[in-house]
Amino acid sequence: MTLATLNLAEGVQLVSFGLLGLIMLVGALGVVLLSNIVYSAFLLGLVFISISGLYILLNAGFVAAAQVLVYVGAVNVLILFGIMLVNKQEDFATVKNAWVGKAATGAVCAGLFGLLSTMVLSHPWTISTVPAAGDRAIEVIGQHFFSDYLLPFELASVLLLIALVGAIILARREYLPDTAIPTEEALTLPEKPRELVAAGSRDSL
Amino acid sequence: MTPGIDLQGTFVRALTDLGLPAGAAKTVWIPLPMVLMLIVATVSIFICVWLERKISAAAQQRIGPEYVGPLGALQAVADGVKLIFKADITPAKADPWLFIIGPAIVVIPVFLSFLIVPFGQNLVITDLGIGIFLWIALSSITPIGLLMAGYSSNNKYSLLGGLRAAAQSISYEIPLALAVLAVVMMSNGLSTIDIVNQQSQYGILGWNIWRQPVGFVIFWISALAECERLPFDLPEAEEELVAGYQTEYTGMKFGLFYVGSYVNLMLSALIVSVLYLGGWSFPVPVESITALLGISETAPVVQIVAASLGIVMTMLKAYLLVFLTILLRWTVPRVRIDQLLDLGWKFLLPIALVNLLVTAGLKLTLPGFFGG
Repeated sequence: MTLATLNLAEGVQLVSFGLLGLIMLVGALGVVLLSNIVYSAFLLGLVFISISGLYILLNAGFVAAAQVLVYVGAVNVLILFGIMLVNKQEDFATVKNAWVGKAATGAVCAGLFGLLSTMVLSHPWTISTVPAAGDRAIEVIGQHFFSDYLLPFELASVLLLIALVGAIILARREYLPDTAIPTEEALTLPEKPRELVAAGSRDSL
Repeated sequence: MTPGIDLQGTFVRALTDLGLPAGAAKTVWIPLPMVLMLIVATVSIFICVWLERKISAAAQQRIGPEYVGPLGALQAVADGVKLIFKADITPAKADPWLFIIGPAIVVIPVFLSFLIVPFGQNLVITDLGIGIFLWIALSSITPIGLLMAGYSSNNKYSLLGGLRAAAQSISYEIPLALAVLAVVMMSNGLSTIDIVNQQSQYGILGWNIWRQPVGFVIFWISALAECERLPFDLPEAEEELVAGYQTEYTGMKFGLFYVGSYVNLMLSALIVSVLYLGGWSFPVPVESITALLGISETAPVVQIVAASLGIVMTMLKAYLLVFLTILLRWTVPRVRIDQLLDLGWKFLLPIALVNLLVTAGLKLTLPGFFGG
């Protein structure tokens, strides 16, 4: 298709697809390559948002909003919380021959990328001819959840329940012995003890 | 239901009559409602600030702003101009990029959420099928901006304030979403237009506040907490955390937080009026008034009057709620952080779940009344 035959809507779609793809790729590279973990976490949010933009281009508004709510609003915020509560600046000692590890990681990643791309290219994808559900997507998803996808749906909720119970047990610390904190030292201020002055005494004025 | 005025259709038809292709005419139309909504949101900041100052003054038996403009109405403009001309300081060891992006991330979702606020049957930017869910999803982005602002300031009070603000925002999103879910269950749709239409059949008696009183209270408390309004303005509790994540901000970047908080307040008030107070519908249905007067409800004059009445009603309900929040500000003491989290997780969350369950049960037993 040449540019001249594109109408306005298709042009906008193409440009947004290109922009979103670019943001997603650059963001994802930033997540992996940046040394500051806080930047990585924020860029991860950007990647999630651009994925949700791709869903909007695919006419899946509900999935896009759910992507923002779950991945940006919950998962990414949790990651950020985790980082910020334990963010301890530490200078690591330089490791000898660090390039070996980096090269090995690079090789593994390149291999995975190659495998996945050959899989994507060799698989005969069948494109569905059913028109996108659009605004009716919520009903379609709901019907699937309670018919043919009931088991995965319920299993996912059980998994979440297990995580919830585990988090509460960790937070209540009933089963984890607290290390004994020396209480006396914690309560004394690091000051020189002063002599008490009687209030209202005339000599002190 | 009357279809109401179709401004978009009329506008596009007028332009195509002038010789423009239909696609171009639509493209000319698209930015108009967005710009209008932006203006409405921005003007609402000035009105809210003025109301806040005047009502606070009245609550404390003062006069309030008086010299800037008639009745001090331009005080907010003066504040804004002052913020623009203030020195824009970035702390020496702050993270300059995150420091700039933080306030923007807090403000942008709030303005985007105005996409789904309806002022009439066709007076909405887009009638999205996911409607109210979009608002919930967008408001969940805000904590990231707060964390970013708190972290990048390189100040322990800012970081703690940012963490607190994010924790508060996350905790109260859950009861908020559950309260919305109960309303959605009754109106069989997420679209804000559907939610209003489902309430507007019997005038004031049909409004959701009568069918969802518990949900209304939960939603209102959670919305106040989401907006960081008193009694939930802990993130910027002056005694403990200076000004929370805003501590290091000056000039227009601080102004963005200010703008964001007032627009968010207005947005929450509008959403409450849509979800629980019948949106644009008049306490007496317009159809019965026209029937009583013996006029056709499709007459152009009636339609224009009805549309203006709808806009006025939406605004009136929203500003009534803003008035309530300002009164609450001077009536209720600020809660502590542990009380805040207790209220959210141990009180509002179980009640919201029970409310949802009861709504589902009532929907099954009384389908005519609770939207079958």
